[in-house]
Parts: sequence; C-alpha cells; structure tokens
Amino acid sequence: MHEVGLMQEALLIALAQAERNGAARVHALTMRIGALAGVEVEALRLALQVVTADTAAEGAALHLEAVPVCCWCSECECTFRPNDSVFRCPHCHHLSDDIRQGREFDLIAVEIS
Amino acid sequence: MSEPGDSMQPSHRVLHLHERVLGRNQEQAALNRELFRQAGVTVVNVLSAPGSGKTALLERTLTDLKSDVRAAVIVGDLATDNDARRLCRSGAPIVQITTGTLCHLEASMIARAWNELDLAALDLLFIENVGNLVCPAAFDLGESLRVVLTAVTEGEDKPLKYPTLFKTANIVLVTKLELADACGFDRSAVRKNIGEIAPQAEIIELSARSGHGMAAWYTRMRGLIHAYG
Repeated sequence: MHEVGLMQEALLIALAQAERNGAARVHALTMRIGALAGVEVEALRLALQVVTADTAAEGAALHLEAVPVCCWCSECECTFRPNDSVFRCPHCHHLSDDIRQGREFDLIAVEIS
Repeated sequence: MSEPGDSMQPSHRVLHLHERVLGRNQEQAALNRELFRQAGVTVVNVLSAPGSGKTALLERTLTDLKSDVRAAVIVGDLATDNDARRLCRSGAPIVQITTGTLCHLEASMIARAWNELDLAALDLLFIENVGNLVCPAAFDLGESLRVVLTAVTEGEDKPLKYPTLFKTANIVLVTKLELADACGFDRSAVRKNIGEIAPQAEIIELSARSGHGMAAWYTRMRGLIHAYG
C-alpha cells in the first residue's frame, strides 16, 4: 500500500503546475496507469481524497487511463499484447522479457481554474 | 474513459503534461548509480516477502566473503534494528534505515544512508529492502542488480502471484533449500514458474543454513564486482 505516497507526489506536481499557470484551483487529474505499475486503482482514488484535503485540489476528480502491457518478440520482430502475466508471443510462443509498455505511472493532464 | 473536458465549466482549462510521477525518484536513482559507479561499488538490491531469508542470506554472505570482498549492507525495516544487529556480528559496516510506515525504500533514503559509509573502502553494497513483494518493484534505488528471494516454505507459486516484482529480477534465489523435503516442495515447478514469469532471471537454489548452493551465489557476486568494479 504505497498509493498515498504516490498520489502525494502526483499532487505536488499538479499544484506546482497550477501555481505556475496562475490557477487557484485544481479540479481534476488525468493519469496513465500501466498494468505493471503495481498500483491499485481503488486505493489510488481513496489516496487522492486523503492527500488533497485542505489543499487547492480538494475534491478533485481522478481520470484514469489504463495502459496495457506491450512486449517485443525478438524472434518474430513484432510487438504483442500478452493475455496474462506470462509474456508468451502468440505467434512463436517465445517468452519475452522486453517490456515496451505497461510500467507507466504518469500525470498527463490537470484541469485548473 | 472520461476526459477532463467532458463536462468542464467555461472558466476551467486543461494543462497537458507528460510528468512521470516517480520522476524525482528516478532522477535520484540515476545520481546514486553514477556515484556508485565512480566509487567502483557494485550495489545489489535484495527483495522478498517478509521471512524469506534475506537477513540470513546476507549474514552468511558477509561472513564467508570477508577474506576477499569488502562488503556492507544498508538494511530497511518498518521498525526495529533487529536485522541490523544480526548483520553487525559479521563485522561489516551496516546502516539501518527505519522507514516507519513506508513499505519500501526510495532512492533518496539510500542517498542519505551512503553518507554513513566509506564508499571508497567498499567493493559490494547490499541493500536489504523492506520485506514486501509489491511496493518496492517500482522504486529504482540506483542498484547494479536486483535479487529476489522466494523460500521453499512459501510454496512454488510466489512468482505467479507477484509477477510485477519477479519481472524486475536479475537473479531469483530459491532459499531455505534444507526445508524443501519437509515442505514437499516441487523444485521443478518453481523453476518452471520463475522461467515463465521472469525469463530474464538466473535461478540459484541455496540454503544459507547448510551452505548448499552458496558457492554459486558467491561466484556470481565476485563476477559482478569484477564487471562493475
């Protein structure tokens, strides 16, 4: 359970951006969360409520964009999306350890006024 | 997925960013890595669930390598310095980080802890992370290598249950091998599971208690020092 710390970090970035842009309020955060980011979405939502209390982002909405895992198969020289946590190429069944997408934990937009 | 502008009031505006939330940790980890490189210290991040044998592994490793490897440990725990006191018996330099409620170590904590160590007098630095198979996965500390432990007492399916962490491992150690028979542990099943979840990882089975398999671990650590040092 480290979602509170992660959201605290996201909030600091959002508040700094709001201030830099002369805004008094943060109304929403949009984040991209990779399937391998190791965070629980429900815990993130709860964490946002906790960390935004008494800040310019109090009551802010959280929009989440889920990023699926995408791997590179060195045999077929193509990317593929695994169905589960065994990253086996659907064409040649080679196991991939080359993860091209899915570890994201990014703040991509803030709604301010 | 809803977008921030879906029902946006006219006075609101949207700033588009591309900020990695863990950006600060990643920057500090890069600084740590550069400092360790300049000092010629190989840094090994040791991760597992609580009770998989991290401290026992390091206790024996420090003692057995003492004659030819200058090693130290930074050890993270939520509370108590029990692990640090166990490790201190080897005579190696030990730095305890007590994280309080935090379930993992971060790069900035390592940066503070290294001030207590004489890096110029070290070949190998182990970081014993907080016992946790979830949270530490996303936090780069600046290490050269990640080692994940799974004990035979935990069953064969830990890699299947916690794939995110196992996928970051360079080496997986199957520990407490002396208990394998008593637990009815299936060694080929755990190898298959690790191989499927973490095909990049080297697997070493060992027992810090009996010493079985420790030679392979030491060979690997000595090879690392040679490669990074």
